[in-house]
Amino acid sequence: MIRHIALSALSAITAATLSLAPAPAHAAGGVGEITDFQFSFEGPFGSYDRAQLQRGLQVYTEVCAACHGLQYVPFRTLTQETGPALSPDAMRAYAADFEVQDRETGDWRPAGGPDHFPQSMMETAPDLSLMAKARIGFEGPYGLGINQFLRGMGGPEYIASFLLGYDGREEFQAGAMFYYNTAYDGWVSMAPVLWEDGVEYADGTPATVEQQAQDVAAFLMWAAEPHLTERKRAGFIGVVLLALLASLLYLTNKRLWAPVKQKAKEES
Amino acid sequence: MSGIPHDHYEPQSRGAKWLHHRLPVVGLIYDTIMIPTPKNLNWMWIWGIVLMFCLVLQIVTGIVLAMHYTPHVDMAFASVEHIMRNVNHGHMLRYIHQNGAMLFFLAVYIHIFRGMYYGSYKSPREVTWIIGMLIYLLMMATAFMGYVLPWGQMSFWGATVITGLFGAIPGVGEALQTWLLGGPAVGNATLNRFFSLHYLLPFVILGLVIVHIWAFHTTGNNNPAGVEVRRDSKEVAEKDTLPFWPYFVIKDLFALAVILLLFWALVGFMPNYLGHADNYIEADPLVTPSHIVPEWYFLPFYAILRAFTSDVWVVMFANWISFGIIDATFFGVLAMFGAIFVMVLLPWLDTSSVRSGRYRPMFKWWFWLFIVNFVVLTWAGAMPAEGIYTTIALIGTAYWFAYFLIIMPLLGVLEKPTAPPATIEEDFKATVKKPSGKGGKGPDAEPIPAE
Repeated sequence: MIRHIALSALSAITAATLSLAPAPAHAAGGVGEITDFQFSFEGPFGSYDRAQLQRGLQVYTEVCAACHGLQYVPFRTLTQETGPALSPDAMRAYAADFEVQDRETGDWRPAGGPDHFPQSMMETAPDLSLMAKARIGFEGPYGLGINQFLRGMGGPEYIASFLLGYDGREEFQAGAMFYYNTAYDGWVSMAPVLWEDGVEYADGTPATVEQQAQDVAAFLMWAAEPHLTERKRAGFIGVVLLALLASLLYLTNKRLWAPVKQKAKEES
Repeated sequence: MSGIPHDHYEPQSRGAKWLHHRLPVVGLIYDTIMIPTPKNLNWMWIWGIVLMFCLVLQIVTGIVLAMHYTPHVDMAFASVEHIMRNVNHGHMLRYIHQNGAMLFFLAVYIHIFRGMYYGSYKSPREVTWIIGMLIYLLMMATAFMGYVLPWGQMSFWGATVITGLFGAIPGVGEALQTWLLGGPAVGNATLNRFFSLHYLLPFVILGLVIVHIWAFHTTGNNNPAGVEVRRDSKEVAEKDTLPFWPYFVIKDLFALAVILLLFWALVGFMPNYLGHADNYIEADPLVTPSHIVPEWYFLPFYAILRAFTSDVWVVMFANWISFGIIDATFFGVLAMFGAIFVMVLLPWLDTSSVRSGRYRPMFKWWFWLFIVNFVVLTWAGAMPAEGIYTTIALIGTAYWFAYFLIIMPLLGVLEKPTAPPATIEEDFKATVKKPSGKGGKGPDAEPIPAE
């Protein structure tokens, strides 16, 4: 952990006042350039790609976790079948790398399954637990947002575009370094953090910058909405059952009213 | 219960007689669900059942959510996340409750507009209308307080803005606002009392719904033709009506199933569609969102609230005549509450002798313009309060008040209505005879007011 913190402290020079936090303020007025990445969990039948979530977890651990937290996500959920699906042993081994303060004794100890990921390490780095739902990447067509039925709300797209959105411009303002980001469409205090082969994927996937950005965005979507797959399944089953119920009620209603209408026709 | 002659419950068995003489509850239920209902009701008369379903749905899901929620500023946001992640099916419960409020308001608006088109508020149904308006007001209060509970950014700032409206009242405003909030600003005391009231008010609504139903069971339902059921005898009344069970229960259940299908698709596939992304950020009193927007169902009134800026001549006039007591903010507050109040007065503002809008050629146009205006105001409410949007909101507001205060009283005098059918029976026969492509689902001669 200490190594990670040191690494990212170097890469993210963050003695800044401006952070990611006011991003929706800008996002509401005019979002920057958001790339519409294709994710496996889009659309009514989409679900998470286990391998991608595991890669995303790796990027999160080695890069994001240095500054950011995931305070609402318990480690044990990493074993979730529809999520990253780590084995219980792998999950416990992963959690043990983090130190948490014990609620009862107040002492610091290695984390276990029931513990949550730590909070953000620094004031200016927002917690990422819900970031994929707190950002809207696109609201089309015509601002109606209906296309989220097929493409989602663009939260993970925003995150990936943000990570890829540095155009190299830097500026030193008020004693801190700022970087221009095209997804945010403005200056941010977070430095670019992804580099070609910055992580070495356990599954051997080539770690291009785009690959890392998409993987971690997918992981953060899972972190924000862990029950997405279950929800869509329940949605589908419910729609089918309600369609069946509606059809039966339609036929019942038709039959019930038929004599009444027949009589009215004959009399008139 | 109804003034329309019909069969009443006769206890048959000894046990039933025993109970009936002590508590005629079975008779009450029988009379309620066997109420003679006009045969010619169209598909706009299904929203009452949808609304009843919404109320029960919200109460049931709400009670379970309350078992897992913590009304404290430090824990509220986390407890909602606990519901979303750890509680069994908690994510579905919460999404159903959140989107259930949306369905509730969609249904109530269509229900109100149906009443406005077919003149359901007119004598003798004024009391039904007024109670309905009270229910609507309580729904808005309940929904507003419920939205504060997740303690996200929009919850906090929405609460700040809306309670600030009370602060705009001259003299007592500040004291009133402090009293409402339980402190100088939105804080823990506010969250606690909103939670308490959010739990209480639905039951008050439930009570008023019973009175609402009682009232129209006394007068009988209105219907698309707007002519009353003949009450000379049971036989005559039966030419105009059918018992609510099973004819209308099955029809309403079919409609409910179709609506729930759409609702379930929304919950399952895009549950955050009608929400605000900002509400997934925990409330922070130090960071103001750049664009504070209420939920969509408040937007028309939010537009009216913000339409009046200090450069509008009525505001300047009010300011001058009141020696500066009424400023633009207070004027906006008055306009917003006034917009609802004129709706309550509708039974006395409508001077037409004909009840149903179907037989009022001029009224139809003004009514549909009112619906379009409502949509425009909704849209304007979602836009920033600047430039052209304020002007559009002001025009929309002007039409809103003109509709109730000028057009409705004048139309009764100026308009020459066409002749409504003599009886409901006649209207029903006419609609049945029409070759309708609706598959015999029932009479539907009218364009349907839709959102």
